[in-house]
Amino acid sequence: MSTLEIKGLRAGIAGKEILKGIDLTIKSGEVHALMGPNGAGKSTLSGVVMGKPGYVISAGSVTLDGEDVLAMETWERAAAGLHLIMQYPTEVPGVMLDDVLAEALASRGRPSEQLDELLHDEAARIGFEERFLDRPLNVDLSGGEKKRNETLQMAVLAPKIAILDELDSGLDIDALRDCARRVEAMSNESTAGQEPLGVLAITHYSRLLHELRPDQVHILAQGRIVETGGPDLATTLETDGYSAFAGTDDDSTSSSSSLDDLFSL
Amino acid sequence: MSAFSPDAVRETGESWSAMRLAAAERFAIAPLPTPDEEIWRYSRIDQLDLDKFSPTTCRTEVELPDGLAETVLLDEEPELFGDETPDVFAELNRAFMTPTFIGVPAGTTVSDPIIVTHHISGDGAAVFPRLIIDSGPNSEVTVVERFVAPAESSADNALVVPVLQVRAQQSARVRYLAVNEVGPNTWQIGNQQARGERDSNTLLATVTLGGDYVRARTGARLTGQGASTQQVALYFAGGSQMHDFRTTQDHDAPNTSSDLLFKGAVQDQAASVYTGLIKIREHATGTTAYQTNRNLTLSEGAWAESVPNLDIETNEVKCSHASTIGPIDEEQRFYLESRGVRPEVAERLVVLGFFEEVIAQLPAGPIADDLRTRVASKLNLGHSQPAEGELV
Repeated sequence: MSTLEIKGLRAGIAGKEILKGIDLTIKSGEVHALMGPNGAGKSTLSGVVMGKPGYVISAGSVTLDGEDVLAMETWERAAAGLHLIMQYPTEVPGVMLDDVLAEALASRGRPSEQLDELLHDEAARIGFEERFLDRPLNVDLSGGEKKRNETLQMAVLAPKIAILDELDSGLDIDALRDCARRVEAMSNESTAGQEPLGVLAITHYSRLLHELRPDQVHILAQGRIVETGGPDLATTLETDGYSAFAGTDDDSTSSSSSLDDLFSL
Repeated sequence: MSAFSPDAVRETGESWSAMRLAAAERFAIAPLPTPDEEIWRYSRIDQLDLDKFSPTTCRTEVELPDGLAETVLLDEEPELFGDETPDVFAELNRAFMTPTFIGVPAGTTVSDPIIVTHHISGDGAAVFPRLIIDSGPNSEVTVVERFVAPAESSADNALVVPVLQVRAQQSARVRYLAVNEVGPNTWQIGNQQARGERDSNTLLATVTLGGDYVRARTGARLTGQGASTQQVALYFAGGSQMHDFRTTQDHDAPNTSSDLLFKGAVQDQAASVYTGLIKIREHATGTTAYQTNRNLTLSEGAWAESVPNLDIETNEVKCSHASTIGPIDEEQRFYLESRGVRPEVAERLVVLGFFEEVIAQLPAGPIADDLRTRVASKLNLGHSQPAEGELV
């Protein structure tokens, strides 16, 4: 059983605190949805946990199975079992997918003889066209293909805990279903003697959650988790919008009633 | 007496003595250039002490595909079109040259590359290889010219002053690649000139990894309508090396096209300069010309300069240039590291990926993999040192 534990995390960019005390615990096999309006700090949380340059951490801790994640370099966090699916996967010209995954496996001390076979199996399962396997990373891929590529990489690397930063953004309905079902399957099955995947799915809208069934839903607003509940919380959100959860220090949204009002927060 | 005087030319007794002597006489009265001249700006030309060198015959080997020796290796005057970019070093080459003349008969396709290798060594040796490629109408040829330091000698305080002349006659297709892997103390000051006649197609490619100071001046002139030319280069300087490029895309006929892509990297205290000119003459209507120069600065102390220029005398053209200088993209590095790739490996992948766009266009075939390995092994990564044996 693996556990990612975020405690009292305060962080931001120089001169501006964005996360104002986050507590979250994600265990193997659990799916947590973290929902919130633009500017709530969702991407900051994923960046801070993965060690993206540019963030300042002022308080709190992040541990994976008791190990201090914040003290690790980014590659060590990944090798330890954390994985980030990016909202906007970066194009890396001239760098081939299989070369990157071979190096990623090597730093985990895992062999890569089966990599080619694994890539083709996963590509078929996720509906990622085989010809895209021979492209430089994300170059000339559509938004949907980039997310399939992200999901494929995660499946090959088989992390303990995955953070999906708006996996659903830019995805057509078919790609959304293919990617979400793969994540859902990984969260349900123990493969190769490993615990099932723990998932933190950061999302703006609830449509991802029709395929990827969350155990818990958290609402992030203004740098704090303001509500935690079961799957029905996402349903409530869909009908009532974020305004009900905007936090006690915000009076300006009292009359909001639809999901679109989250943009006004 | 200077080692490069007309008398020194007379003593050699080499062929084409009239041509050599006239050049030596012009050189004798010409001043050596200084960085005050625009064409030598940023260069290290003021550090050159010619008195330390004396002219020596270049050790040149030519590998020809089977059965071609008699057909393409010619013993003709090694001059195709005078000197299009008058330059004292081109004059010196004319006076003391070791020539190789490749003439491809009309309609002939030479399918395997011709490899010309110059072995550069010897403290105080100045060598003047001259390569002439004259590709007849509707012919096709690929020539790889290599400048290498022989493994058996460590004496490499040498000066190489090569000249290349390429003529692609009507509808000819010429692919040329220069690979510079001379020793770390060698200076190279080169001059490449190519002329493309009607409907011809030329590719001038350069890979520069070696040398102390390496300068290459490349001019591609399109003199016949419908002619096209492509120039690509990969350069990577480390230690205290300097790589210095001057390019010209000269459109001297209508409906001509040129495309240039130069990609370089500098690390340690190394420096590089790219200065490029697109020149479109008044009658060269319907022309397209592109020029792209991208540079990676891999260390704090490394320095790169990029100076694109346009000189356009007509309106009906499509023309663009782009240049960038900067460190490895932070987002690309983070993306690879977030997959669990170690920082030094991520950096190596990104740098090799950066160069891949050029390598893919080189007419190098079998040597492309070797070039990738050499670039990788030259990388001196800024992060923690890679584990032994990790770099290929």
